[in-house]
Amino acid sequence: MIIDMTEVQAINSFFRSESLKEVYGLIWLLVPIFTPVPGILIGVLVIVWLERQISAGVQQRIGPEYAGPLGILQALADGTKLLFKEDLLPSRGDIRLFSIGPSIAVISILISYSVIPFGYRVVLDDLSIGVFLWIAISSIAPIGLLMSGYGSNNKYSFLGGLRAAAQSISYEIPLTLCVLSISLLSNSSSTVDIVEAQSKYGFGGWNLWRQPIGFAVFLISSLAECERLPFDLPEAEEELVAGYQTEYSGIKFGLFYVASYLNLLVSSLFVTVLYLGGWNLSLPYISTPELIGINEVGGVFGTTIGIFITLAKAYLFLFIPITTRWTLPRMRIDQLLNLGWKFLLPISLGNLLLTTSSQLLSL
Amino acid sequence: MFLLHEYDIFWAFLITSSVIPIFAFLISGVLAPISEGPEKLSSYESGIEPMGDAWLQFRIRYYMFALVFVVFDVETVFLYPWAMSFDVLGVSVFIEALIFVLIPIVGSVYAWRKGALEWS
Repeated sequence: MIIDMTEVQAINSFFRSESLKEVYGLIWLLVPIFTPVPGILIGVLVIVWLERQISAGVQQRIGPEYAGPLGILQALADGTKLLFKEDLLPSRGDIRLFSIGPSIAVISILISYSVIPFGYRVVLDDLSIGVFLWIAISSIAPIGLLMSGYGSNNKYSFLGGLRAAAQSISYEIPLTLCVLSISLLSNSSSTVDIVEAQSKYGFGGWNLWRQPIGFAVFLISSLAECERLPFDLPEAEEELVAGYQTEYSGIKFGLFYVASYLNLLVSSLFVTVLYLGGWNLSLPYISTPELIGINEVGGVFGTTIGIFITLAKAYLFLFIPITTRWTLPRMRIDQLLNLGWKFLLPISLGNLLLTTSSQLLSL
Repeated sequence: MFLLHEYDIFWAFLITSSVIPIFAFLISGVLAPISEGPEKLSSYESGIEPMGDAWLQFRIRYYMFALVFVVFDVETVFLYPWAMSFDVLGVSVFIEALIFVLIPIVGSVYAWRKGALEWS
């Protein structure tokens, strides 16, 4: 009997220590998962500030200047204001769809950050299907927009939601084919492998030079996926008041706002990863061996430099979409669909075949 | 659902990111004022009384584009495994993939000629 008791106690304590270990393991798992989220949100605030400053510069205005030095806190102030605004639910709409729509848009875009490598070994989840996961997940966002357009029970919202869905499915295919050519070049769809395939020969090894057509198609399609200005038909304010956002106010509108900038950031990060050499310093003479030396020896220093280089490339690239917004007029819906289906799709298919042929020759 | 260990972090990140909208709704529910009224909650139609329901028929064109999209999307998904092991498979599989790509291209030319890609 006594022996039994001690055995039971021993087993119990054994289980307790095991569960304790599991809890610690879980905490160590959760820390790196919780830290990127505030980082990404700060990144979005920086984009909003950048966009407002650049727009002001383009239009020869002053731009935000009162909230903090140079108006840095302007985006934060706007977000806080939206938190304090009344959250209206249209009386005739479908309340569940109305609330779930913006959440789906934000969540689906946020998950795609899990495969972006910010630096050497600084990637949340190095999946072997990396870029493919991004493509799969980015198709979920239009469902959220469609839900919110339908749930509002408003004609403008409904049309806007339909347009958003039609636009993103039309430009999804050229985008996917461009990414396919890239992963064909690097023989892997893992984002880390794609960056490492570009690490030789400094900036001469960038996929931008091996895939110029693909880069142009990717740029146009990602602008359309983000609903940026030459393609912002879903919320064309002269035709549809604000598209699918017409009935939204308060924090739900804020979620849409955050989602659109999250999308912009994720596509510029993917341009950096796929075409601009990711975290590599990309200078021809002090390139690969020394940088890898830094990465392997002085872990923290090398990692910080890698993250800094990735972010610098991404934010420098962002100047293109932002200045495009104030340069090009909006297209019509038929022009938009023609561009997607009759121009970009054949070109990206041809680009894929060209890439394959050149790979065949080098086999 | 997935038995592979590498997807653990993905699921955890999914849960983390779904917390964000819930959190935002909670904070806004505490802070935001509530003053409802019948006019305020009616749907917006440029200031006049809303006429009828918005849940009605819409253009069939959207449906046609969705169909063509499904064809090409499935095609691209099938091309991914081929691209991953391209250097192993070699020329013969390249020709097979070429034939596979040509079939949807012929289909899309047909759809184009029939006017499925026209808006008006």
